[in-house]
Amino acid sequence: MSMKISTRQVDGVTVVDCSGRITLGEGSITLRETVSGLLAKGQKKILLNLGDVNYIDSSGIGELVSAFTTVRKQGGDLKLLNLTKKVHDLLQITKLYTVFDVKDDEAAAVKSFS
Amino acid sequence: MTDFRISYTLDSTLETVDSAEETASRMAAKAGFDEDEVTRIAMAVREAAVNAVLHGNAYDPHKKVGLDFESSGQNLVITIRDQGSGLDLSKIPDPLAPENLLKTSGRGIFLIRSFMDEVQIRPSPAGTEIKLIKHVHGPSAGGKEASREHED
Repeated sequence: MSMKISTRQVDGVTVVDCSGRITLGEGSITLRETVSGLLAKGQKKILLNLGDVNYIDSSGIGELVSAFTTVRKQGGDLKLLNLTKKVHDLLQITKLYTVFDVKDDEAAAVKSFS
Repeated sequence: MTDFRISYTLDSTLETVDSAEETASRMAAKAGFDEDEVTRIAMAVREAAVNAVLHGNAYDPHKKVGLDFESSGQNLVITIRDQGSGLDLSKIPDPLAPENLLKTSGRGIFLIRSFMDEVQIRPSPAGTEIKLIKHVHGPSAGGKEASREHED
């Protein structure tokens, strides 16, 4: 299954709902283009909802890191929401769990941007 | 554990990466591993296939990726070979070092080592061979534990 992304605005924060796989190729490219598009429109508060992402490979992890650093460099912030166990475990193994701001409640996550 | 040996020769394409992962899932399940172990094995194979296709063969249509699965006794052994110029292990930085945490690549070999019990990497000018080994943690693991207790 490839990756699907949709975006919505909640109190000034762009929630990016992702589902499927973030892997080398299509999945990573879709995420990169979405984040670039949001930054181009000045939407710099980004909450990546990964609740329906069941698989990420090392390229996908690299894409998350890239999105995070790109948004931060432009003065914005990118946080992660609703990690599945597989994705959570991967971020733990790679020590990225402490790098990303990871949330499990959308309303609280949105509030945390302000 | 079911004994079998299967070999594939694949093109240097992204489809090969997906195909290697799917085949690894099937083979690991056939070898008797549980769902979590199947996921880890398949992910390790995917990462090794990415290395072979991208970094080894660099998508060269004339170069192939070899993929072997061998299940015998207590081990599943998966071998992935490319025809690249040979992986330089000394150039792979530690992805857990603080200065590398925000790098966007360089985690593939680390994940492979995290998910498999043994990893043997043999680079050569004719290509790189990576052997991934997963032990069945069945009664033999209990036996090891028992003998360790006995030694203590």
